[in-house]
Formats: sequence, C-alpha cells, structure tokens
Amino acid sequence: MDYEIVIGLEVHCQLLTQTKIFCGCSTHFGNPPNQNTCPVCTGMPGALPVLNRKVVDFAIRAGLATDCQITPSSVFARKNYFYPDLPKGYQISQFELPICVDGHLDIEVDNQKKRIGITRIHMEEDAGKLVHPEHVHGVSYVDYNRACVPLIEIVSEPDMRSSAEAVAYLKALRDIVVYLGVCDGNMEEGSFRCDANISLRRWGAPELGTRAELKNMNSFRNVQRAIEYEVERQRDILDEGGRVVQETRLWDVDRGVSALMRGKEEAHDYRYFPDPDLLPVVVDEAWVEKVRQSLPELPVARCQRIVADFAIPVADAEVLTADRAMADYFEAVVKLFPQPKAAANWIMVELMKFLNEDKISVTQCPITPQGLADLLGLIGDNTISGKIGKQVFSKMYSAADNDPRQIVEDQGLAQMSDAGELAVIVDEIIDANDDKVKDYQQGKVKLFGFFVGQVMKKTKGQANPQMVNSLLKEKIG
Amino acid sequence: MELYNFSLEELWQRLEKGEVSSLEVTRSVFRRIAEVDNKVAAYLEIDEKGALAQAEAADERRRKGEATSPVTGIPLGLKDLLSTVGLKTTCGSRMLADYRPEYDAAVVTRLREAGAVITGKLNMDEFAMGSSTENSAYKATRNPWDLKRVPGGSSGGSTAAVASATAIATLGSDTGGSIRQPASFCGVVGMKPTYGRVSRYGLVAFASSLDQIGPVTSTVADAALLLKVIAGHDERDSTSVNLPVPDYYSNLKNDIKGLKIGVPKEYFGAGLDVEVESAVRLACRQLATAGASLDDVSLPHTDYAVATYYLLATAEASSNLARYDGVKYGFRAESADGLVDMYRQTRAQGFGEEVKRRVMLGTYALSAGYYDAYYRKAQQVRTLITRDFDEVFAGCDVLVAPVCPTPAFAFGEKIDDPLSMYLSDILTIPVNLAGLPAISVPCGFTKNGLPIGLQIIAKPFAEETLLRVAWHYERMAEWAGRRPELNGEAV
Repeated sequence: MDYEIVIGLEVHCQLLTQTKIFCGCSTHFGNPPNQNTCPVCTGMPGALPVLNRKVVDFAIRAGLATDCQITPSSVFARKNYFYPDLPKGYQISQFELPICVDGHLDIEVDNQKKRIGITRIHMEEDAGKLVHPEHVHGVSYVDYNRACVPLIEIVSEPDMRSSAEAVAYLKALRDIVVYLGVCDGNMEEGSFRCDANISLRRWGAPELGTRAELKNMNSFRNVQRAIEYEVERQRDILDEGGRVVQETRLWDVDRGVSALMRGKEEAHDYRYFPDPDLLPVVVDEAWVEKVRQSLPELPVARCQRIVADFAIPVADAEVLTADRAMADYFEAVVKLFPQPKAAANWIMVELMKFLNEDKISVTQCPITPQGLADLLGLIGDNTISGKIGKQVFSKMYSAADNDPRQIVEDQGLAQMSDAGELAVIVDEIIDANDDKVKDYQQGKVKLFGFFVGQVMKKTKGQANPQMVNSLLKEKIG
Repeated sequence: MELYNFSLEELWQRLEKGEVSSLEVTRSVFRRIAEVDNKVAAYLEIDEKGALAQAEAADERRRKGEATSPVTGIPLGLKDLLSTVGLKTTCGSRMLADYRPEYDAAVVTRLREAGAVITGKLNMDEFAMGSSTENSAYKATRNPWDLKRVPGGSSGGSTAAVASATAIATLGSDTGGSIRQPASFCGVVGMKPTYGRVSRYGLVAFASSLDQIGPVTSTVADAALLLKVIAGHDERDSTSVNLPVPDYYSNLKNDIKGLKIGVPKEYFGAGLDVEVESAVRLACRQLATAGASLDDVSLPHTDYAVATYYLLATAEASSNLARYDGVKYGFRAESADGLVDMYRQTRAQGFGEEVKRRVMLGTYALSAGYYDAYYRKAQQVRTLITRDFDEVFAGCDVLVAPVCPTPAFAFGEKIDDPLSMYLSDILTIPVNLAGLPAISVPCGFTKNGLPIGLQIIAKPFAEETLLRVAWHYERMAEWAGRRPELNGEAV
C-alpha cells in the first residue's frame, strides 16, 4: 500500500561560544579530560549556574534567521534523569517557554519550493562523555569537558514528506547556522546532530501515525539512509496489518540498519519544572533589534543580491555564496576591482583550484582580495595577458606575495605594447616567412594563427595580442 | 565574665580598643567547647588549629592597622551545609561523610576576607530537612536549656552553639523556618534575610527557591553586624539581588514611634501553646508602649502554606539531591551490581529516612500526570500567599507573631510522626514562600524555663526596619542576655 511519509527533525547545534553556558570554563575541544571544569559544570554541591548572555544572542540569531518569534520572557527548566555523564542528575534546558517559537525555513527539492515550519528553538547544556577503557573491564571514566557546553535545539514541525526533503531542510539549516557563526556545523564530530521522528499514514488520513524516533545519524547521507530504512520498516509492519510501536531506535552506520534503543515503557518521565536557580530570560525589543542589526545576510538573500547587483549568472552566485567567507572574499575583490564577472571567474577557476588542492579555507588563502584585485587590474589595463596572469597568480599564491606589479616587473613579464617595437618584430616574421605570407594571401587564412604564434614566441608571450593582430592585418591583409 | 559569654558587638569594641586579643577570645571559646560541647553536641567538626591561626592573623591585621570589620578576629561557627575548603561539609548526611569541598561558599569567602575566625562546622538535620536536628546522621544536638529536649532544626547546631556560648555567633540556613524555629527553641536571635539578600553560592541546596543563609547571634545588634558582612550582590548566584547593603547597625537606635505593627490573626489559631501566646501578646503591648501602633490583620491563605511548602520544597529537593549518585564524590555503595544498582544502593544507604521521604514526595509531585495538580497548583497558591503579605504590608510596616506554636519538644516526641513535625513549621513557612525577611527574638520563658521566640516579619529588603524593631523590643525585655546553666544530664 502507499503511505504518506511524515518526518519531523530535532537538530542540536553546539554553539561557538568561548565559554560554557552556565560557567566561565572554556569550550575548547580536545583538552585533556576534565581540564575544562569547575564546581558548576561538575555539579558540586552548592554550585549555581549563571547564564552566559552570548548563548542568548546566538539563540536569538538562529531564531531571527528562521523567522521565529522571540519569547519576551523564556524560562529554563530542569530535565531530570540519572546518567553518569550528567553531573547534577538533571539537564538545564527549556521546556514550556523556549526562547524562540513559530518560525520556518524554505527549502527546494526537484525545483519545488516548500516551507518547513519550525516549532521552537531552545537553549540547553550538553552532557559530559563516558570513556570506556578498551582493556579494562568493569571500569568507566567520565570526562566533563563537554558538560555545560551550550546547545540550541531546533525542532521542526512534522512537515517533511520524504528523505530528500529532510536532507534539504537539514542542509539549509546547517548553511544558516554556519553562516550565522553560531555553530561549526560539523556532523561527524557531533557539533550538529539530528534526531528524526518518522511516521506513516494513509494518504488523506487527518491524524498522524505512531512515530519512531531515530538517533545517531552522523552525516547527511546517513540521515537519508536511516529515514529510508525506517520508512521501509514501518511500511512492512503496516502492510502486514501490524501496528507501529512508539520507540526510540539507534542507526547503525556500519550495518546500515536501525535497532531498538528503548520502547515507550522505558521512556523517561523527565519531571520538567522551572529551574529555581535561574531567573526568566527577559529579552526586550532593544536586545532583539541589536541582534537583528548584527545578523549577517543569509545565503539565499545574499545570492539574490549578488545576482542583482553584479549581473553574474545565478549558478556563479550560488557557488560564491555557499560559504560566507568566500562570498565576503568575492565582494571584497569586486569592491577594489569593479568587474564582477572577471572577479567571479578568477575566484571560481583559479582560486578555488588552489584552495581545493591544499584543502584550506578561503580565510587561510595567501592571496588577499587586494592582491587579486591588483592582479585583475594588471590584466584589465593590458599590462599583462590573461595567460601571464595565471603565472603571476601562481607565484603570488606560493610565495604569499601580494604585490603582482612587482612580480611582473622583476620577472619582466609586462606586455609589449609599444607599436614601433612590435612593428619591427612583425616585419621580421613576415620577412622570414615569405612563402607562408604568399600562401596566406592566396586564401590559407588559417595561417594567421601561425604568424601570431611566431610573434608571441619571439616576445616570450609578452606581446599585446590585440596589437599583434592589428599589425599583422595591416601588413599582410 | 568569661570572654565566650560576650556578644559579638562587645568583643568587636574591645578588640578595636586593644583590650583583648582575638587569640584570647578564641582560646576562651575553645575552652568552652571542651567544657560543654560533650553535653550539647552542637559541633560536627571542630577546627581549633585553624581557628587559632586565623585568630593570630586577625590580631596581626589589627596590629598593622589594616582595615578591619566587626567580625575580624571573632570566633564564628558554620552550619555544615556551607561549603568550606579544608573542612568537611557533610550536610548532616552519611552521603557526604568525607566530602571536602574544593571551594568556599560565598558567605565563607566574605567571612574569611573580613578576618573572621572559623571554629568549625555545626550539626543539622540531614540536608536541612527537619525541625529538631534529630535527622542528623551523626549525633543528636541537645537544647542547652533542657538537655532532654531538641534544639529545633534544621539549624539546631547553629542555635545550640550560640546558646551554649561555644561560638560567639553562627550562620544557619532557613528554608521553612530552619533558623527562626531553633533560635526560638534555644533562646537566641535568628534571622532569615530576604530571599536574594545573601548569596546562596556554596550553600548546599535543599529547596533553591526558599533557602536563605542568615545569622544566629545572642543579640539583635550582633545580627545587624553579621548580616552586613554576609549580605550583598554576588554574580555567581543569579537570584542574588543587586541592591546596596545598608548599615543596619548604625540605624538600630532610630526610634520606632509611629511604626505600624500588624498582628496576623491566623498566627494565633488553634494549637498555639498558651504560654507562647501570652508571651507574644505581652511583647506586642511592649512594642506599643515604645510608640508603635498595633493593628489586627489577616493573611487568609495561611492555612495552605504547609501543604504548598511541602510540595514545592520537596519537588525542588528531589531534583537538587539527584547529584548524590555515587559517581563523582561522597558515598558510593560497595558491591553494587551495575550502574542502576549502584544508584539504588548508594541512595538507599546514603540518605536517611526523612530525606528519602521528601525525595519521594517531590518526585511524585513532579511526575507526569500529577504536575498540574500538585506542583503547578502549589506555585499558584504561593502567589496567593505572597499577595496576602503584599496587601497587609500596604497598611503596616512589620508583622509580629509567634515563631513556633510550642516551645522545644522532647527527643523522640515527633520523630515518628512526620505530619506533626511538619506542622510545627506552620508559622515560619509562609515567610519563606513569600521570600520575606523575618527574625526570631527571645521573648520570655515558659514556667519550665524553656525559651519562647517572637517573630517579626518585614517587607522585602526591609531588614533595617526589622532589626530596628527587634532591637527596641530586646531593650525592653528583662531576660535579654540570660544564659542556660547547662547543669542537667545529657540524654
């Protein structure tokens, strides 16, 4: 039978703050176990949480970027459960009154635009990490470096109808949080993680089917595979006349299957209640406005603006705006050298080739926007040809030398544009190739290229090609 | 008179004048501890060595002419739920039998910076849950006025120490009356400041929205001096309030003429001991002779306070005490079979009966399906109780009432009847629910020689008024300064 697939996603983003959400400890990843800890984040008796305002800024940013309402007074709540990585025996999160509600995100699948609702965004603390030493049985260790690291959880409406839509939503969401600078978006390392709620229902059925929750999908590819696996699992159950049971399942990346983690009976009663150690988070209009002002232009809007302002193809603009730093670089170059198409071509062809080879980000690029603009300037005013430009570019990149003019001068790469000088060379070539001149003049027009090539060879590629063309035309017709 | 019998105020003045040294005072207090604490059992841990070093440092500070405070060189004891580096902080629980904090509570830091001498840690009901100090996992503290009776609780060690002069003053904590009730039982001054006045950072939490640290002293002036040292904003406690701390002490003598005193009729209801009632009524009349006016007022939701409190406080406690799981610090049950069993056994063995009872009550109140009926409803009633006070305070400056319906009861009298124990907090609990400041001042003795306390309640952050009324009352009270003889046999 054919069913409608209903998917909602819960996405956790680890925020890029310098310090933790409720204490001053560093969030730096990779320090020795329990180095980034204090009485607050290890849950020592009597220690109290104090909210990091930067976390609120970041949550508001994410909310504004997804068209959410910002709650004027949101409340932290305790989510109570026992686990060794949870030092206080409760996680400080938000429950009844989250910081952002009622937003949406637009996606596009197969040229179809679709709006996905965002139910809420709330702030919370991460838990620590259990370490199970490989060769010692019966012993586990706890590393609280990650405890109290800030997270936002972005909960979507059950608006997605296919794994493709889910992945498109997830990608769009990741682009946004990365663009906003609130999260590094790294799925493999778990700083951007996703749980999926999936259910099936007969077409046209008004109520939702029973859902299963999927966890542990650490890449877009795995989200897609896991959802498809789950849809098939549920379809099989329903086709056989069975009932889907509400449960939480864990995706096994290696085996490509999901397995039961816990059933409904084992579901926790988290006993949420407002955390009496923290005051309501009061966000006034001025605060929201301040964050709004600091909001960067988001990828979709920026792409549209770049197409409109600079008249470059949409495909180029998409490539350039996929990464916020790259788009910044492009705009910086254009500001210095106002020929957008040339700038776009050089960035997409030359610059990206070098960066990809070295696997580095544009922020680490040895050529500055000023350096590239100067190079484009030298090509634009015919000081050098495009071909020589590529040589200069390569030198600039490898030597981190941002003075193309000096390189051109030192290496004598400037284009020959002196008409008298070029005329002498053209005459020499014509004189030395009497027979070919005759052939050309008798109709072998293809030989024109040969004459140009000879001049270029003689001038080591530095002759101004337009001038060579016109001089030859003038002399041999 | 022995130095340990002096008030903080007198010792401060003598220390400032160089008439005594902190070392002398401290030695005197430790002689007293050696003499009587075997009977009273107020202390869980005594730090004579540390105290003497701090006393020397305080004397040095005065000799060098460095800045001092009224507590510089004064021997003070701390309830054992205030985190102290170097001293165990057991909270009266087996769970934290060997727990040594790695940081000082905010109030402890303030005392240390002010140069106070810390004598040791004082007994209490386990995790501050109780009204008799009988719930301590370690020992029963006796009431210095009658060693067969309880000192009250949960800060029974703090009040018994002041009453028996084994500390010049102490700090306690008050969640539902845990300073005021034992202060009234032990005949000392005990004050609960406004919620947010004193930082809770490092105070091991029982019920976070109700807990407040306060001074226990032998005089009102001492309470004013000690409060000034511990009060004030602390960035590490989000519920601490950023308001200036007035000079409570200098303002004590300003008169109370024209001050309006409300007498809430609900606090004089059934179950109030006759001797307690007449002592409190007499105190009201005395205040009137000092120029204050008396008015009967009503706090209509008082009857719901105990039920409300035991839902909210236990709900918060069930969560606050979740961290004692055997994983990181404190007690861990041996021979547990796996993680869940370790949790179960650790908590079954590490917590006492009353703590387990409250954790279960609170867990229930927060459970799915019961939250609205219990926790949420209790929050709504809390608002009504707070409103009662707002309305009454529109027409008067302070309220006076008894602290506890009865004087100190005997050991074992209520320990097997939790409900009757809970009801003994009926007159102190509403103040915590509303976050108000209140004080217990001795206001006489029963025929059997048991102290009676007068409770004065003020508006939020009106500690100045509160202390001023208490100070004027104390001046008129003939028994002020009376000390127990401690000549009975300890039970």
